[in-house]
Amino acid sequence: MITAIYLAAVVCIFIGLALSRSRILSDILGVLFLGVQTMLTVHAFLNPGVTELGYFTYDAFGLILLLTLSIIAFPALLHSRIYLTKPMATPSSAAAYNASCVLLIAAMTMGYLANHAAVTWIFTEITTLSAAVLIYHHRSKLALEATWKYVFVCAISICFVFVGILFISLALLHDGCSTLFYSDLMAHKATLNGFWMRLGFLFIFAGFTAKLGLFPMFTAGVDAKDKAPAPAGALLASALMNLGFCGIARIYASISGTPVGEWARMVMLVSALITLFIATIYMARIKNVKRMLAYSGIEHMSVVTLGLCFGKAGFVAAMLHMVMHTFVKSGLFFHFTQLWRQYSSKMIDDMGDYLKLNPFGALVLLFGFVSIAAVPPSGLFFSELLVFKAMIAEGSWWVFVLTAFLLTVLLWAFARSMFRIIFLPAAKPVEKIKISAWESVSQLILFALAAYIGFNPPAFLLNLIEQAAAMIL
Amino acid sequence: MLETFIIIFLATLFYLAIANRMRNYIRILIYQGVLLFLVAAFHLKEFNVFNLIVILLETIVFKAIAVPYCIERIIRHNNITRETEPFLPNFVSLLITAGIVVGAVLLSGSIDDMILDKFFFVGAISAIFTGLYLIVSRRKILTHVVGYCVIENGVFILSLAVGNEMPAMVNLGVMLDIFASVFILGIFANKIGDVFHDVDIDSLSKLKD
Repeated sequence: MITAIYLAAVVCIFIGLALSRSRILSDILGVLFLGVQTMLTVHAFLNPGVTELGYFTYDAFGLILLLTLSIIAFPALLHSRIYLTKPMATPSSAAAYNASCVLLIAAMTMGYLANHAAVTWIFTEITTLSAAVLIYHHRSKLALEATWKYVFVCAISICFVFVGILFISLALLHDGCSTLFYSDLMAHKATLNGFWMRLGFLFIFAGFTAKLGLFPMFTAGVDAKDKAPAPAGALLASALMNLGFCGIARIYASISGTPVGEWARMVMLVSALITLFIATIYMARIKNVKRMLAYSGIEHMSVVTLGLCFGKAGFVAAMLHMVMHTFVKSGLFFHFTQLWRQYSSKMIDDMGDYLKLNPFGALVLLFGFVSIAAVPPSGLFFSELLVFKAMIAEGSWWVFVLTAFLLTVLLWAFARSMFRIIFLPAAKPVEKIKISAWESVSQLILFALAAYIGFNPPAFLLNLIEQAAAMIL
Repeated sequence: MLETFIIIFLATLFYLAIANRMRNYIRILIYQGVLLFLVAAFHLKEFNVFNLIVILLETIVFKAIAVPYCIERIIRHNNITRETEPFLPNFVSLLITAGIVVGAVLLSGSIDDMILDKFFFVGAISAIFTGLYLIVSRRKILTHVVGYCVIENGVFILSLAVGNEMPAMVNLGVMLDIFASVFILGIFANKIGDVFHDVDIDSLSKLKD
């Protein structure tokens, strides 16, 4: 029932925002949306395991993703509002931005909760469309190039996912089942036709990598995060990547523990390691802050995927890593708007002396860097450690060595760029721009939240993750 | 009868590999739309009448008329040259397409399946990969769109294969078709053509590290 109210409210708010030309009305609708989003989240937590409208289940896996999304939705809309006023956007472009931002968050929400392969697929398609509007916000040639690439790659990837779903439906038809609920897949786990499941998994995995940011389809996502306004980029670089993971993990759950699952594990392992390699190479020669953050997101998602490859313990670590990464990465993207206002550039070469120009902001950025680099006291450090532990427990020493080596090189490259921005003097003199310290508070909260989860994971979160891990063998 | 249509469909893929003019691409898309119409009409026996009409209309109106017409208009409107400008010689393209089809046939050999007709499988897989090949081997962005349409045609064949058992999948495929194609062609017609006048991928390679 609440899901139906949520969907109806989102449609109304979407139409209202798209038509609204007044700032006040947009603000009211934005707050209203956050209210509805909170209502759904609270309702979902009060009714775990309940299915609504037939296609949406509040299962543990979906709840974790929903909670992280709902938490970053608040700062995302807040920073979007700041973004649209500095400098002032035209009423029509602000309306397009707000409406598609709300649609993106709602589509991700429904995608997480969907209990049917085709429904997840439909909402993933909607995220592509709404993200495209966000990427094209600036109406420049480069934004158009990024939008075109993103839409085209996502269109192909969505086709791939569809083909994968068709193959899986063939496997189910053999078992006399003509619906595509994830629970059907789990129920027929032992008897599903290996050939079709293999082919299906391969296509679904390849398709969802466009969202997840893994090899082979990660490229368009990097351009998109670079060109989208930073608050929207925050959503693309965190919650949307989680949706890709959601799509893959739910299918993987239905084959894990079978021979096909072993094979799928190898596919994911190879893809994650190639991605990590590519991210490291690009990170070492990166010049653009936003692209640097995008590649760092790819790196973390490959760590998450590696976690998924190593059984239950790995899955628990992967989930923790994903939750904390969502907070930290979106915080860094939110902070980027301040960097941009200070330097009017994205290029690392144009930056420097940030500690003098914006002391509080610089300290927050430094905290964010330590968090994302997974160096203690970062929360991500603990989850990465758990992923490594899971690898070693299964005896995959070569994966461990390779991953640790690549992550070390990546850390060096990342630190070089970040320290340059914060500590080293700028190449040419920069005029100090006054930026309110209040704007950094939301990021501080997000980074601190990630650190808190790392040091002292709340019992309810661990509980949920354990429940979600039950689907992986 | 069905087999004949799918073999003709495979032949259009070979033609696609060696076609030199944009106009030929458009013609192939029209042929494929008509072929898919026939396949759907002969194959989907267990559909209710209304649903069947929607799907048949989609193939004939959307695939065989609207999309080709749209591409044709974009070509005229933007004065896009007629050459398809492949990176590789046609002979190599022909070999690769043949390789794809042979690969699909070999892959289908390992299927022992009562539900799926092997012809559908071969047709679909060949179209999907030929479409991908077309995208990576041609310079013009508009040919990428043609490649995408071919991929969608392949996906449609595959959804027809399970159509009698899972009608919803065919409808979803139709939805994907309309949704994504309209979006892609819409961006292309309204934006890319106006902003970038000479539309090949060289003008879309500014974003890089």
